Amino acid sequence: MPNKLALFVLIFACLISTGAFAQEISPIPPSDSIITSILPYPRPAPPTNIIARDNPSDGGGRILVSWELSLDDGRGNNNVVGYEILRAEEGGDQFISTGMAANGVNFYIDSGADDHVQYVYKVVASDGKAGAESGLSQPVHSSQQWFNLNLKYLFLIGALICGSVIYFIYHAKRGKKLFIRKIAGLEAIDDAVGRATEMGRPVLFIPGIRDMDDVQTIAGITILGRVARTIAEYDIRINMPVSRSIVMTTARETIKAAYAAEGRIDAYSDDFVYYLTDEQFGYVAAVDGIMVRDRPATCFYMGSFFAESLIFAETGNSIGAIQIAGTAMPAQLPFFVAACDYTLIGEELFAASAYLSGEPKQLGSLKGQDVGKVIAMVAVILGMIAATLYSITGVSLFDSWHEFMLNLFTLN
Amino acid sequence: MKRQIPLIITAIVGTVLIISVFIPHDPFGRLGEDFSVFFDIIAVFAFILGGGNMIRVHGDRIYRQKKDWPFSIVTIAGFLITLFAGATKIGNPNGIRGDVAAPGSLFTLIYDNVFSPLQATMFAILAFFVASASYRAFRAKNKEATILLVTAFIILLGRTPVGHYITFWLPSWLDFFHIPVLANWIMAIPNLAGQRAIMIGISLGVISMSLRVILGIERGYIGAEGSEK
Repeated sequence: MPNKLALFVLIFACLISTGAFAQEISPIPPSDSIITSILPYPRPAPPTNIIARDNPSDGGGRILVSWELSLDDGRGNNNVVGYEILRAEEGGDQFISTGMAANGVNFYIDSGADDHVQYVYKVVASDGKAGAESGLSQPVHSSQQWFNLNLKYLFLIGALICGSVIYFIYHAKRGKKLFIRKIAGLEAIDDAVGRATEMGRPVLFIPGIRDMDDVQTIAGITILGRVARTIAEYDIRINMPVSRSIVMTTARETIKAAYAAEGRIDAYSDDFVYYLTDEQFGYVAAVDGIMVRDRPATCFYMGSFFAESLIFAETGNSIGAIQIAGTAMPAQLPFFVAACDYTLIGEELFAASAYLSGEPKQLGSLKGQDVGKVIAMVAVILGMIAATLYSITGVSLFDSWHEFMLNLFTLN
Repeated sequence: MKRQIPLIITAIVGTVLIISVFIPHDPFGRLGEDFSVFFDIIAVFAFILGGGNMIRVHGDRIYRQKKDWPFSIVTIAGFLITLFAGATKIGNPNGIRGDVAAPGSLFTLIYDNVFSPLQATMFAILAFFVASASYRAFRAKNKEATILLVTAFIILLGRTPVGHYITFWLPSWLDFFHIPVLANWIMAIPNLAGQRAIMIGISLGVISMSLRVILGIERGYIGAEGSEK
């Protein structure tokens, strides 16, 4: 009798364990493999401690789900290949899959949530054939935030730099004399335009290949305004083929105003600026043709450039033109430096209009940039010291210090 | 007033867009994307302006038979044929409702067999220009140019199998002088440091320029009115 009872208990325990096991294998259907159905199958342990919370510092619609890894993820049976994240509205039983996370990863951001709707989550550890479900998370809802805390350091540093720029603008406005170093490329503009006058040839101005929503194009157009006044004064022709229609209309207005300011509006023509094509190499081919046919005495390249930079500059070099370039595209700067007579490197492009205008307010803004440079230099030096000390001593304090310096300038 | 309204619009839009970077909440969170869409809509209409200008310039050149006027015929013909092929979707397997770049359409035929090869040809010219520009840039005229020449030579060798074969025999304690290793070090340390310095300068320049535009101090882009030369 005791043997029969023991056998009954054993069978009953087996049935219960099999039943419990069957509940854990949804939603991934079990394999129909004969081996799997006959032999004891090492199912992965489920993830635990599911925590769902509103993703911080975002515009809503995102919930951050985190969990403790399955005991079989990277240890135990080591058979977890990934996690499936399931979501249902609170009180509902219709779970939908929101996405997958790889093994070893213990969080997932669900970007498909509706704001202010309460959701519950569960996570399934999968071995590729079957899965083991976790328990449910606490109900959570997503919402929009009023400040992106990930950008707090950027905000503080940005406010400091902007504040210093504004301070120096108004400082300069009060008549404070500011020292601005000479920029050779800008000093050469009058000579370059004068050369074109002497040779009786046009000036070619290329404002890059991007549209007016690029700050480099705006910088190029502001330089155009100053160059156009010199051109109007010297009574020579400016030739400005463009690759964007909005740049065409803006450049026309700029040149027209420059001619008007010089009292030479009668000499202005809309034909100075004309559209070629939006296509990069179509534009390059057309501009190269114009260079070779018209042989301008002076070429300006001011704006955003890509692979066409060297093609322009080398063609200009081959026709013997004086070339002044300016761009903030680091990859194109070496080409301009190699092939042009003068190059405005990065920030010099943005400083050019202030420099050329000579207006105290504009020059003051350049002085304000120096505060930003001091901040950058101090941060680089402190970060360098921390990284060096950590590599020598291995003290984690220096590593934290180094990480903090990096985070100061990291956006996310 | 003609100048004041654009300046006011610029100041408001610029300020709001800066704020929107830090405030993800509606309506600020979507503003950057929305303004980008507004710009695209304006750009589409401006494209008609550009196309019209191109036809007018080249039409005038043909009419007056200016120098090289036959090239203008090619330009206008190319523009109109491509426009016609794209608008009518000739040969498109899904008819007028199909994707303009569907395989088999006349537009795709023109793109693949005329436009792409021409584009590739222009891009290929770059290889020759790199050689000629390098030749001029790397002449050892002074101390700095000599350093540049040597550095460039190490990089060039380090990026080819030749660099490996020249110094592969070096003992491990001299591994730093193995040309590919040295080339990688130059790219990763001095070159990257220089690039980062330029990037920091550019970022500060953009901030300063943007503030000048937002505050209405920089007016060159709307005609430089009131500025002194």
